[in-house]
Amino acid sequence: MGSKQTTFRDDQLDEYQDCTFFTSKEILRGPRTTRRLHGRFRDLAPNIVPMDYTNNPDITLPSSVITTMPELKENPFCQSIVETFSEDGKGNLSFNDFVDMFSVLSEMAPLDLKIIYAFKIYDFNRDGFLCEKDVEETVHRLTGEDLRPEERRLVSQRVMEEADLDGDGKLSVIDFENMISKAPDFISTFHVRI
Amino acid sequence: MPKKSDVTRKLEDVGIEIDGEVESAEEDTNAKSKGGKKKTAAGKQGKAAASEDGEDEDEDDEPPRGRRAANRKKAAQKQVEEEDSDDEIPQRRSAGNRRRGKPGANGGENRESNKRNKRGGKKQKEDKGKGKGKDDDKNSKKKNSSEDSKSEGGEEEEESMSEGERARLMEEVEEKKKLIANIRNKPWRMKRRLKHLKEAQLFVDKFEGALGKGKGRKLYAYKVMMMKKWIKFQRDFENFKTACIPWERKIKEVESHFGSSVASYFIFLRWMYGMNLVLFSLTFGLVVIPEVLMGLPYGSIPRKTVPREEQDTAMDYSVLTDFNGYCKYSVLFYGYYNNQRTIGFLKFRLPLSYLMVGIGTFGYSLMVVIRTMAKNADVGGGDGEDSEFTFAWKMFTSWDYLIGNAETADNKYASITTSFKESIVDEQENQKDENIHLRRFLRVLANFLITCTLGGSGYLIYFVVKRSQEFANRDDLGWYEKNELEIIMSLLGLVGPMLFETIAELEDYHPRIALKWQLGRIFALFLGNLYTFLLALFDEVNAKLEEEKAIKNASIWFMKEYFANYTANNPNETGTPPPIDPADVIRGPCWETTVGIEFVKLTISDIQVTYLTILIGDFLRALIVRFLNYCWCWDLEAGWPSYGEFDISGNVLGLVFNQGMIWMGSFYAPGLVGINVLRLLTSMYYQCWAVMACNVPHERVFKASKSNNFYMGLLLLILFLSLLPVVYTIMSLPPSFDCGPFSGKERMFDVIIETIELDLPAFLGTLFSYAANPGLIIPAILLMVLAIYYLNSVSEAYKNANNELKKKMQMARDEEKNRRNNKDSTNQVMKDLEDLLPNRSNVPPPEEKKDKPDERKPKVKPGAAGNAVNLQKDVSLASANPNARGPVTQAPGPRAPGPGHSRGRGQGPPPRP
Repeated sequence: MGSKQTTFRDDQLDEYQDCTFFTSKEILRGPRTTRRLHGRFRDLAPNIVPMDYTNNPDITLPSSVITTMPELKENPFCQSIVETFSEDGKGNLSFNDFVDMFSVLSEMAPLDLKIIYAFKIYDFNRDGFLCEKDVEETVHRLTGEDLRPEERRLVSQRVMEEADLDGDGKLSVIDFENMISKAPDFISTFHVRI
Repeated sequence: MPKKSDVTRKLEDVGIEIDGEVESAEEDTNAKSKGGKKKTAAGKQGKAAASEDGEDEDEDDEPPRGRRAANRKKAAQKQVEEEDSDDEIPQRRSAGNRRRGKPGANGGENRESNKRNKRGGKKQKEDKGKGKGKDDDKNSKKKNSSEDSKSEGGEEEEESMSEGERARLMEEVEEKKKLIANIRNKPWRMKRRLKHLKEAQLFVDKFEGALGKGKGRKLYAYKVMMMKKWIKFQRDFENFKTACIPWERKIKEVESHFGSSVASYFIFLRWMYGMNLVLFSLTFGLVVIPEVLMGLPYGSIPRKTVPREEQDTAMDYSVLTDFNGYCKYSVLFYGYYNNQRTIGFLKFRLPLSYLMVGIGTFGYSLMVVIRTMAKNADVGGGDGEDSEFTFAWKMFTSWDYLIGNAETADNKYASITTSFKESIVDEQENQKDENIHLRRFLRVLANFLITCTLGGSGYLIYFVVKRSQEFANRDDLGWYEKNELEIIMSLLGLVGPMLFETIAELEDYHPRIALKWQLGRIFALFLGNLYTFLLALFDEVNAKLEEEKAIKNASIWFMKEYFANYTANNPNETGTPPPIDPADVIRGPCWETTVGIEFVKLTISDIQVTYLTILIGDFLRALIVRFLNYCWCWDLEAGWPSYGEFDISGNVLGLVFNQGMIWMGSFYAPGLVGINVLRLLTSMYYQCWAVMACNVPHERVFKASKSNNFYMGLLLLILFLSLLPVVYTIMSLPPSFDCGPFSGKERMFDVIIETIELDLPAFLGTLFSYAANPGLIIPAILLMVLAIYYLNSVSEAYKNANNELKKKMQMARDEEKNRRNNKDSTNQVMKDLEDLLPNRSNVPPPEEKKDKPDERKPKVKPGAAGNAVNLQKDVSLASANPNARGPVTQAPGPRAPGPGHSRGRGQGPPPRP
């Protein structure tokens, strides 16, 4: 259970609740077993992350630490996810970014928001478009070496044909949104429970 | 602007991040400046507007953003510098601010002119009211307002507020409030979100109190306060509600191991548990507990007493497990309840309450199921036209982010790969039907076999029920004969699905279609069994009704005889004879209790079979596979028995039918709901354990999202089907003459008529009698049918309009896309997206930097002139990277030669024609 030490002030909790899709009990450091966010964040590096967050210490954890979380470990896109949510783009997450990540990936986040971040995650080279390389990379991460390179290319070409409405050879966020908002499974699969 | 050059480099480095921020900051300041300027005695016009932007922010005590810029332009402001130290990224901010400042300076005229008159008025007042110099005035205000809005400065300001300003302020406060409510939906970094939230909250805090005038102001402040309290309460309540949802973690654990499909079963189970809990509290709160507390105790009247001949065995375990003996004459079953109109000092109308709870159970269940279905349909949203985006969907939505287990992840990889392969094969060779005749023949054969199985199982059940009725009259029965019906039904439920699965292999359907067929067939099997069972039960009930008539006469005759004997034997005594011992009274068969017992037995045996199946089929199998594997000739884990998979469809259907049984039986056995609640509770823990301990993740993924409403639909069907027999018995069968709350009445619903006649005022009675007149009912029904027809056609029309609009939107979108094919999008989403881009990936080649500001100037300058220009600025902001801006700033001529790849990548130099 730990000591009675305060981790957050009430107004901080309120702010986090306003800015995320969590309820206050999920940010508060509760019992270790409840695996609330701060607890999880601190568990990753107990000697770096302090208990006391009342004055917003500026501490970041590198992506190599973040991706050891069981929620992310198995995800083929985990590196990309962490980079998307980190402020410097290198995958170093502060607690704010960490909260942000799980807020967007939570069940309560609306579809539009999820779409934007999903687009970011699949945009591996960060150029604001999903080009054929990005798509091929996605296929590669999903299927490993089980598909032959020409099969991968075929798949990515088909994806382009289907989703690229303006025919510029890459998917803009609008193409992506148009495609994915009709997908029946997106909202149910694009979330992580913490 | 020469000052710019030193920060330009930085600006370019962080370019995109700032773009987004500048944009929103500008919105904010636009909003703010209206409010903020009211306080400043603004003497400056034109160019000064820019610096005021920065200044206003300071006043509002936000995290300082534009300090540097403000400083440079207005060195007189000293207090700004104090706060400079906590400015984390001064470079960025100043850069951003300057960029913003410029449009303000150049195009600020219209804004100025908007405010000129208002400002003039204010200036007069302030000049008149206070003799201070303007700067001092400003400074003092700044402090005042930054500390507390309700200090002296604030009050003075309130006086000076005109009606229009107040309205505007109100509007802004509303806007800020909206921002606070929606901030979590913005795709911003958390830091930025926190900052904006703080700003908005401060703004609201400060100005909310200042609104309202004179006496109204206090009221307004009070209202605002109450509103805050209310919001706080709502939030706490929401938190409380989420904290009350049980098993969240358990389900999450299952989900991470088995994917969302298996978890959907447990979520369904939890939903059922919640619904049954409500039914349980209804039944127990309004029927069982009043009867226990206020009704006559056990042994007081015949219906509450075990008959003499049964009393010796009434406590035997075997009798009790058959729900005979003391169980039968307990509060669990219909027959125990007395037909006294009111019980206890509260005058609780138990018979009426019993009927109402029976009806209310169905009413509540119907409402909840339909509401949940509607909600699910709403959420389901995506009306996926299949085949349009097969590959794209597979690509971007097939990975389940919930997976947090290596084994599941491996399975998922495998299934994704196979599904891709399948799609590729489909793509390459569209249709390859080698022997369509054979397949057709096999399918017909399979369906024939399954129909035979269904018919056979129906007949078997009918036969068994008939046989059990014969057995009922005999005493020399073994355990098997007594429980034959339950055993046969459970076995059918066990064997049938397996048989179907085997037969379905003949058909060679696509797995998903096969799954649907399988679900439908199992449903038909269960339904057939249930209804055969019901029909047989009705036969039994009718037989009992016949029997009852005879017994009724016999018991009346017996009573007469008893009195006659009594008076004959004791001629001198007058008055009533001593009552007969309740155990000795001749009593009818009480068909209601019999029906109740049947349902309870069925439920219990269903529970047993389910649990045993899990224990043997999953646990034992897992044990054998795990430990015999060390000394076996082939690999048990990989080979034939292997570990079991969690059978989602079977489990869900089992749950659905169990619920149907509960609905049917709960009228005759109020205790059944309690049993069911216990069952659901235990099976939650038991199945969670079993699935984690002995099952392996699926190979073939069963989609959870779509099927959810399918389960609900099945539940609704079952609810309707179980409603029918109960309503039939309530409406048309006479209740037993000597047991249950409705004994002595012609029909069960007479209780309502009796209440209307006796307890309600007379005019209401007449009103009801008029309302029950067929002359009124038939028009009412007609009206309802017409209303349904009308609403139906209206919804149809809406649907058409909806489709039409969708088509139009799609067309407009395509058109627009074609039009600005080679331009960059002007979308808000795009801008936010850019804000999220990490800065490092967009470092442009160095020679680019010097040119940039020059390029921008002409574009940005008109930016403040009005909306139209803002849009144009959006264009520049929205481009994916600084390089990509090239085409926009150039004349919007024909398409750039290579619009695609080289530019979009962000690494190569921009096309410079």
